[in-house]
Amino acid sequence: MARFAVRRFMSMLALLFATSVVVFGIFEIIPSYNPARAIAGRNANKTTVQEVSRKFGFDKPFYAQYANTMKLIFTGQIVDYQDQLNVVDQFKQKFPATLSLVIPAGIIWLIAAIVLGSVGALKAGKFADRALMVMAIVGVSIPVFLLAAVLLYLLAYKTSVFPNTGYVSLTSSPAQWAYHLILPWFSIALLSIGFYSRVLRGNILDMINQDFVRTARAKGLSQRDVFSRHVLRNSLMPIITLFGLDFATLLGGATLVTETVFNIPGIGQYEAAAIGNLDVPPILVGAMFTAFFVVIFGAFCDLFYALLDPRIRLSG
Amino acid sequence: MALDVPRFRRGNGQSSSTEDPPAQTTQDPSFALPESGGTLARPEPVTGAPQRPEPEEPSTVGIGPYRLALRRLRRNKTAIFFAGLFVLIVVVCLLAPVYSKDIAKIAPNSTNVTGTVNGHNVVSTSGVPIGPQFGAHYFFGADEEGRDLAVRLLYGGRTSLLIGGVATVIILLFGTLVGLLAGYFRGIIDAILRPIMELIWSFPPVILGVAVGTALALGGIGPIKGNSVFIPALIIGVIYIPYLGKPIRGETLRLREMDFVDAARVQGMSPRRIMFSEILPNTMSTIIVFAPIMLANAILLEAYLSFLGAGVQPPNASWGTLISDGINYLDTTPTFALIPGAMLVLTVLSINVFGDGVRDALDPRAQVKIQT
Repeated sequence: MARFAVRRFMSMLALLFATSVVVFGIFEIIPSYNPARAIAGRNANKTTVQEVSRKFGFDKPFYAQYANTMKLIFTGQIVDYQDQLNVVDQFKQKFPATLSLVIPAGIIWLIAAIVLGSVGALKAGKFADRALMVMAIVGVSIPVFLLAAVLLYLLAYKTSVFPNTGYVSLTSSPAQWAYHLILPWFSIALLSIGFYSRVLRGNILDMINQDFVRTARAKGLSQRDVFSRHVLRNSLMPIITLFGLDFATLLGGATLVTETVFNIPGIGQYEAAAIGNLDVPPILVGAMFTAFFVVIFGAFCDLFYALLDPRIRLSG
Repeated sequence: MALDVPRFRRGNGQSSSTEDPPAQTTQDPSFALPESGGTLARPEPVTGAPQRPEPEEPSTVGIGPYRLALRRLRRNKTAIFFAGLFVLIVVVCLLAPVYSKDIAKIAPNSTNVTGTVNGHNVVSTSGVPIGPQFGAHYFFGADEEGRDLAVRLLYGGRTSLLIGGVATVIILLFGTLVGLLAGYFRGIIDAILRPIMELIWSFPPVILGVAVGTALALGGIGPIKGNSVFIPALIIGVIYIPYLGKPIRGETLRLREMDFVDAARVQGMSPRRIMFSEILPNTMSTIIVFAPIMLANAILLEAYLSFLGAGVQPPNASWGTLISDGINYLDTTPTFALIPGAMLVLTVLSINVFGDGVRDALDPRAQVKIQT
């Protein structure tokens, strides 16, 4: 077990290293891109650009620049090119807004999927089940930003049920916080609910034939107890694992477009702005941040599986 | 991930030992599965049709598996309907130049900020584009620079479909090739290809696509200019290669140990011939199942990248850039964003429904679960 965990940890470090090199390298290969000019400003003369270039070390070879940037990131001193703000501070400052977006969205999505997936399995082949299938396939065909636009149009502009954009922090007013975030939460959650409930439905239908379910029924448990304590509990495991991975990638995908559409001052909006400005440090930190979460969640899932299934432990 | 990016479910093909045990035929009447001679129920496709007893095949003796699949597919009316819808969309988009020249009489990129249509300004004095006119001119209204939205919608559709198509070709060619090479030769080739695939796989596609897309949009790559539509196509293709490469590698690893491959080897066949004429045909059903899914996901990823400004570059349009432009006018001219959005969803949905029918018809061993 320990060896398995160590191996996973090593490959995780390797992956993080490769991630940072790739993202850093992408911007090195652009021929026309000169960060020194971006920092010095449009009207800077040649000597100023050279000075900036020296100050930031852009004249050094690739590996030296890379090493220096990594040092700055890990000592928390990295600044963006655009405004010379500390990127790590920016991330810390913007993280609460992003968490306010993704955590409740994740909860809505998981609970709705569990309820609908159970209904789908119990009514397999009936109308509710088919409606769920349609919802799943439509869900994988709509981009998040489009659903966000539709919800925004219908519920904020046309009927003004919800505020059109903006963000209020949880600490200043919990009611306003939720009121402003309901549309973003549902934009993220709605598309996944169909898919997740479909997966859960499949798991439940598989589980219902297992011997332990028959045993539970044979010892006289009520249908409800058999379902909630045995079938559902065991069917949830794969869903939770999937959810772990999806939740991690949320930070680097859905938040970018959702925060942009709804004007939420979180990490995603910061990243999207940095992309527009070709501001390498925030993009680099953001990509590493996301990759870190993806790898960590992936490693946890593997460990979780390995704990449950000795076959993986031995072959791992 | 439904959340963010067009992407395949992780966990499939990542470690074969994590796969679910085969489903057993249920005994509970409320969960009755079609029983066909006590065989194991096949794993339920995620978005597959609800289980209902299929009518008995008249006679399947002597008919090849692909012809059988085709026969099943032809009976799936929903899949056929959506395939037709997709073909219709493609044809309409290909007719974009005809519409532009003969009906709307305006080029896709020609601006008309000060013009009028039906007595209204195309772009109002406060900068708001006009809504749908449902006539020859500005059928779906204008964009913020007075360009005809209907014309741009068709040209944008052409761009989106072209990017999706080129990316899908890249994925199918290179995903298959990489999978076959890594799986068949193992050793040093696998040791090089696998970590590269893992690396691409571990990135959320949107983040990777946006980073590479922004970089290449500035500088171009080799002979391709920065604003070429082939840049996003190339990026999307490369990003999704591992999503096909990994399962093909897994299948190749399994197939290369089988007797018919040994027989071919003993006959003195070259590795190349074994790979392409012995193993490749056996992975074909996986590739066929993946093709529509890859196309749908490529078109979606293009929309994400263009929405974030890292995909199709102006003045070219794609459905993603049109939605991105239109979202600023959601309160005044909602059709600007919602009409291209509807086209995008209709296209991706029709590909997905058809792909689902293909998967049901082929029912290959490899379970493909996708989500966006």
